[in-house]
Amino acid sequence: MIALIDYGAGNLTSVRKALSAIGADVWTPTIPAELSRARGVVVPGVGHFDSTKAITPEWRTAIKARIDSGTPLLGICVGLQWLFEGSEEAPDCGGLRIFSGRCFKLACPGPQGREPASRLKVPHVGWNALSMPRRTRLMHGVINDSQVYFTHSFAAPVTAETAAVCEYGVPFSAAVERGHVSAVQFHPEKSGDTGLRILRNWFSAV
Amino acid sequence: MLSKRIIACLDVRDGKVVKGVNFEELREAGDPAALARRYNVEGIDEIVILDVTATLEGRQARANTIRTVAQEIFLPLTVGGGIRSEDDAAAAIEAGADKVSVNTAALSNPDLITTLARRYGSQAVMVAIDAKTVRLKPDTISFAVYARSGTTAVSRDAVEWAREATARGAGEILVTSIDRDGTKAGFDCEMTSAVSDAVDVPVIASGGAGSFEHFAEIFEAGRADAALAASIFHFQEHSVGQLKTFLAQRQIPVRL
Repeated sequence: MIALIDYGAGNLTSVRKALSAIGADVWTPTIPAELSRARGVVVPGVGHFDSTKAITPEWRTAIKARIDSGTPLLGICVGLQWLFEGSEEAPDCGGLRIFSGRCFKLACPGPQGREPASRLKVPHVGWNALSMPRRTRLMHGVINDSQVYFTHSFAAPVTAETAAVCEYGVPFSAAVERGHVSAVQFHPEKSGDTGLRILRNWFSAV
Repeated sequence: MLSKRIIACLDVRDGKVVKGVNFEELREAGDPAALARRYNVEGIDEIVILDVTATLEGRQARANTIRTVAQEIFLPLTVGGGIRSEDDAAAAIEAGADKVSVNTAALSNPDLITTLARRYGSQAVMVAIDAKTVRLKPDTISFAVYARSGTTAVSRDAVEWAREATARGAGEILVTSIDRDGTKAGFDCEMTSAVSDAVDVPVIASGGAGSFEHFAEIFEAGRADAALAASIFHFQEHSVGQLKTFLAQRQIPVRL
């Protein structure tokens, strides 16, 4: 059973549907103690980093315990950012510190900053290309320049644990992996066949 | 590089896809799930379902349509038409929509944008603006906003309204030219670029797609981040794949 963590940040329907489509049994635990029976944990998320405040210390401890015991975990979007040290978006709100580095705001020069045709809009919404700096289980079989769907304003830096890089003004971590902990900044549940492939790669380790 | 998105719009009435000209003369164009499936295979980037004649009785039918399309298509899905309240939005999102598009209700109650953005995040809130170009003097134009599927003029300018909607939490703006809708005369580049330059969020152009060249124009001169079309795809005149190949040859970034 895959535990899909619901901390009130948006809508879980799409994630649940995509996980079901690849054959995963998904449930949403209501108390942290239920996590002990999870064979895999998914931390979704959309919107503001601040929303991760709803992951109470009890939930953090329970999630951390699953990670320490080797249960595969997948963070999605803000779920990826939360696995880092924190984010400029909510400086007083710490992440789980599984990955080192802080999330930063994507470039936003504003209407008067540059020529309108070349200025970067934030949020970064739409399909963008991935490049894989190393071989990982998560990105197995996904070729360079495959495109996936993003919608976010903040991003995690590229580190040695980056599994896929995307570029929007600057390079950022589109996916990270260390051992059995994986996370993606894009939405695999909204990224067509490429997204389902990545979810299957993760699920195969469960 | 971020791709320019090609979005297929399914105008749905009573569970069937319909398409009109200048917001009128609706004709049937098929089953929504079947069309969505075809577009997915052809490489569409996103799907919008607009329930053009949403009524109280139609709401259940709409939820069923959303559920059917969302069940098999793993692409961003937006639902609009008759989203008047937080409850309407919640029903659409629970049925499987990733974003909701608000138009008339946001004009009469702009707080709805903020409410929805707080609850679901800005990425889930699209504000749709239907407008007509008004030439006051040869060198002065404005873009008059209309509510209720293009039938009721409201005293607002599209550029100003797009700015306000974004400030209130809209994550994307969908601009439809009423004059061009269904005419295949080309997108309105003037209106779209004016809106696109005024806001930092992505702008989707709609109304008037008739040829591949029109898409190149709206991405270049119109500075659109995405283009939405219906009739050009529904009646199998052109496939999404052919369109994207054409755009790629024009050096416009697309997802192939």
